[in-house]
Amino acid sequence: MTTILTETDTHTLSVYVANKPGVLARIAQVFARRGYNIDSLTVSPSVDGRYSRMTITAKGSVEGLDQILRQVSKLVDVLRCTDHSLDEAVVREMALIKFTTKAGERTEALQICEHFGCKTVDLTEDSMIVQITGGSEKLEACIDMLGKFGIVELVRTGKVLMARGRQET
Amino acid sequence: MAKKSITGADALVKCLENHGVEYIWGLSGGAALPIFDALVDSKIKLILVRHEQGASHMADGYARATGRPGVVLVTSGPGATNTLTGIMTAHMDSVPMIVITGQQIRPMLGKDAFQEADIFDISMPIVKHSYLVKDTRDIARVVREAFHIASTGRPGPVLIDVPKDVSSADFTGDLYPDMDLPGYHPERATVDQPTVMAIAEALSKSRQPVLLAGHGALIAGAQDVLRALAEKIKAPVTTTLLGKGVFPENHPLSLGMLGMHGTAYANKAMVECDLIMSIGSRYDDRIIGKAALFGRNAVRIHIDIDSAEFGRMIKCHHYCHGDARAVLTELIKHVGELNTKDWLEHLNGYKKKHPLSYKTRGGLKMQHILDVLNDMTGGDAIITTDVGQHQMWAAQFCKTIKPNTWLTSGGAGTMGYGFPAAIGAQFGNPDKEVWAIVGDGGFQMTLCELATAAINKLPVKVLVLNNRYLGMVRQWQELFFDKRESGVDLVGNPDFAKLAEAYPGAKGLTLKRAADIRKVLQRARDYKAGPCVINCLVEKADNVFPMIPAGAALEDMLIEAPKPHVKLAKPTGST
Ligand SMILES: Cc1cc2nc3c(=O)[nH]c(=O)nc-3n(C[C@H](O)[C@H](O)[C@H](O)COP(=O)(O)OP(=O)(O)OC[C@H]3O[C@@H](n4cnc5c(N)ncnc54)[C@H](O)[C@@H]3O)c2cc1C
Ligand SMILES: Cc1ncc(C[n+]2csc(CCOP(=O)(O)OP(=O)(O)O)c2C)c(N)n1
Ligand SMILES: [Mg+2]
Repeated sequence: MTTILTETDTHTLSVYVANKPGVLARIAQVFARRGYNIDSLTVSPSVDGRYSRMTITAKGSVEGLDQILRQVSKLVDVLRCTDHSLDEAVVREMALIKFTTKAGERTEALQICEHFGCKTVDLTEDSMIVQITGGSEKLEACIDMLGKFGIVELVRTGKVLMARGRQET
Repeated sequence: MAKKSITGADALVKCLENHGVEYIWGLSGGAALPIFDALVDSKIKLILVRHEQGASHMADGYARATGRPGVVLVTSGPGATNTLTGIMTAHMDSVPMIVITGQQIRPMLGKDAFQEADIFDISMPIVKHSYLVKDTRDIARVVREAFHIASTGRPGPVLIDVPKDVSSADFTGDLYPDMDLPGYHPERATVDQPTVMAIAEALSKSRQPVLLAGHGALIAGAQDVLRALAEKIKAPVTTTLLGKGVFPENHPLSLGMLGMHGTAYANKAMVECDLIMSIGSRYDDRIIGKAALFGRNAVRIHIDIDSAEFGRMIKCHHYCHGDARAVLTELIKHVGELNTKDWLEHLNGYKKKHPLSYKTRGGLKMQHILDVLNDMTGGDAIITTDVGQHQMWAAQFCKTIKPNTWLTSGGAGTMGYGFPAAIGAQFGNPDKEVWAIVGDGGFQMTLCELATAAINKLPVKVLVLNNRYLGMVRQWQELFFDKRESGVDLVGNPDFAKLAEAYPGAKGLTLKRAADIRKVLQRARDYKAGPCVINCLVEKADNVFPMIPAGAALEDMLIEAPKPHVKLAKPTGST
C-alpha cells in the first residue's frame, strides 16, 4: 500500500534561510494565513553563519501544505523549503522531564530511564530531572512510562531533522 | 582633495537616480526630512501629493502604464500607514513599486516614540519584500535589491523603512555594491521543454480551445507572440479584467473579458470549450465562479511565472512554470493550425445573439457615455478606472487595443484608485490622452489630488459617472437582499464640476443629456491646460449584466436582468 498522509498527519519541514531580519515572521505568516498551526519550531545557525536552518512541524492536509511549501519557498530570504515527512530522514528531539519520586520509587524510575538511555541531570530528595534524546516515538514512550511518578514539568526542543546520505536537507 | 562627504539620504537619492527614477510621489514629515532635503539637489522630480494614499496609487498608475517601478516617499507613522491601501493594491495586482518610509531614530524604535509605527511588520503580508535599514552603509545595496526584487519575476511592491539617524549619518559605503540575495532566483524559471511539448500535444487534439490571457501576459510583454499564436492555431482569446489590452479587443478572435461581468460569449466559451490555456492569469475567483465546476470537461493548462499559483484555485492538467512570452515563443514552434472552424462559428453565433448592449432611450446611461468615449478615443487613450459599476461597464465598452492602456484595481478593488492612477499614468506618458473613469463614491476618496493634477498642469480627464449611489453595492442589495438598501445613498454629493473649478487651472463640465455626450466629451478633450472633471448625472439605479453571482457556476450566468418575480439566492462562497 502506498503511504497517504491524512488530514491530521504531522509534517516535518526543513527550511534553509538567509539570516535576515523578519524571515521568521514572514514564514510564520504563511502558516497562519493558511490556517496551519505550527506544532514545533527550531532555528539554529548552519555551518555557514550567513544562513539558518529551521525545522518546522505542523499538522494539516497535504494539499494545503504543498501550497505553504510553495509560498514559503518564494519568500525572498528562503533558499529552500522541503517536506521530509515521507523521507527516511534522521529526526531527533530532546526533552527535559522533571518528575517526583516517592520513597522506594526511585529504583524503578532509574531502571526506566536507563532503558530509554536518559541522562539524569538533576537529583533531589523527592524529584529528578532527566534528559532524553531520540525519535519522537521514543520520547513519547518514555514520557508515558514516567507519567506514573507524576511529571511536574516537561520541556521539549521540537524536532531537528537531517536527510540521509547525499540527499540535501 | 578630500572627497566631499555625503549623507545616507544623499546616497539614497543618488541610487534612485542611478536606477533612472524620474519622479517620486510623496509628502514629507519629521522622519523623512533628510531625504526630502537631499531631493532639493536632485534631478528627480518630487511630486507633492495631498494624501499619501494618492502617492501610492500615482506610483502604481505610473508603473502599470510604463512598466517601470513607481517610487513613493513618505514620513513615519501616519504617513507610512496612509500608503498601505496603495501597497496592498499593487501587491494584489503584481505592480512594481518602491515605498520609502521615514522612521524614528534607531534608539527610539520599540518605545512608541513620536510617529513611530512598526511599518516593517505592519506591511509584511502585503509586500513582495521589505527592509528596515539599520546601517547607513547598507543603503545602496538595499535600494539595488529593492529595484531588482520589485521588477523581476512576479513584480510587486517593496518597502524600505529608513530611520532618520540612518539617513542623516555620513555615508561611507559603496554606491554600487553587489546584491546579497541568495534566496531569490527569478531567472531559474526557465521553460521546461517536455512540458511545452505536452501542451503542444494537448492543443493539437483540441477542437474547441480558448486562450485565457491575464495580466502576467502583459507583464511579460507577450502581446505579439500571443497574437501570432492565436492566429496560427485559430483559437479565440478571452482576457481577464487585468489582461485587457494584451490581445486587441477589436480582433475577430477576441471574446472580450470573461468572468463575473464578462461577456456572455466569453463565459459560454469557457463552459463549452475542450481546452483552457491560461497565460499569466491566476484563475481568480471572479473568473472561475464555483471552482469545482470550472472547466470540468476541458483540458486545463496553467502558464505562470509564480509556481505558488499552481493548483491554488483549480487543478490543472499541465502546469508550465515560466515567463509567458518565453513559453509562448517556444510553444508556437510546435503547434499548427487547429480545426476550429465550427467552434469559431458557434461562438460567433453567441456574439450575435448576446452582444453587449444597452438602451439609449430613457435617462442618461453610463454605458452610452462609455460607448461614445470609446468611439472617440478609438483605443488610443490610456483609461484608468475606479471600482464599481462604472468600472465594469468601462471594461465592457472601452475596447482595449494596446497593452498597458487599461489600468484598474482588480484584486483589491480599491475605491479611490482611478483618479490618482491616471495622474501617475499621465506623468509617465505626457503626450497621451488619459481618462480616469470614476464613480461618485470612489472619486470622493481621493479627489484631493485635483490639486496635484492642477498644479502640475496635467490634462487628465476625470469622467465622474455620478449615479448618486454606491452603485455596485446597491445592485447587490437589489438583487440579493430584497432591495433593502443599506448605506448606499450618496445624498450630499457636491457639484463635481463646481468643485473642480475651485482649483486654479482645473475645468469642470456637466453632462445631463444623452444628446450632449459627444459635445461635452469633445470639450473635455480640447482642454489641455489642466485636469477636467465631467460630472455626468446618469441614471440612478441601473444594473450591470451579464453577471455571474459570486460563487455560482459560469453556466448560471445572468445574461440580462432577471424577471422581477425571480428571487435570487444570496451569493455564497466567495465575494
Ligand atoms: C468589481 C470587480 C469586478 C470584477 N470582475 C471581474 C470579471 O468579471 N472578470 C475578471 O477577469 N476579473 C474581474 N475582477 C478582477 C479580479 O478580481 C482579478 O483581479 C483579475 O481577474 C485578475 O486578473 P489576472 O489573473 O489576469 O491578473 P493578476 O491578478 O495580476 O495575476 C497575474 C498572474 O500572472 C502571473 N505573472 C506575472 N508575471 C508573469 C510573467 N512574466 N509570465 C507569466 N506569468 C506572469 C502572476 O504570477 C499571476 O499569477 C473584478 C474586480 C472587481 C473589483
Ligand atoms: C475602499 C473601498 N471601500 C468599499 C468598497 C466596496 N465597494 C465596491 S464597489 C462600491 C461602490 C462604488 O460606488 P461608486 O464609486 O459610486 O461607483 P458605482 O458603483 O456607483 O459606479 C463599494 C462601496 C471598495 N471596493 N473599496
Ligand atoms: Mg456611484
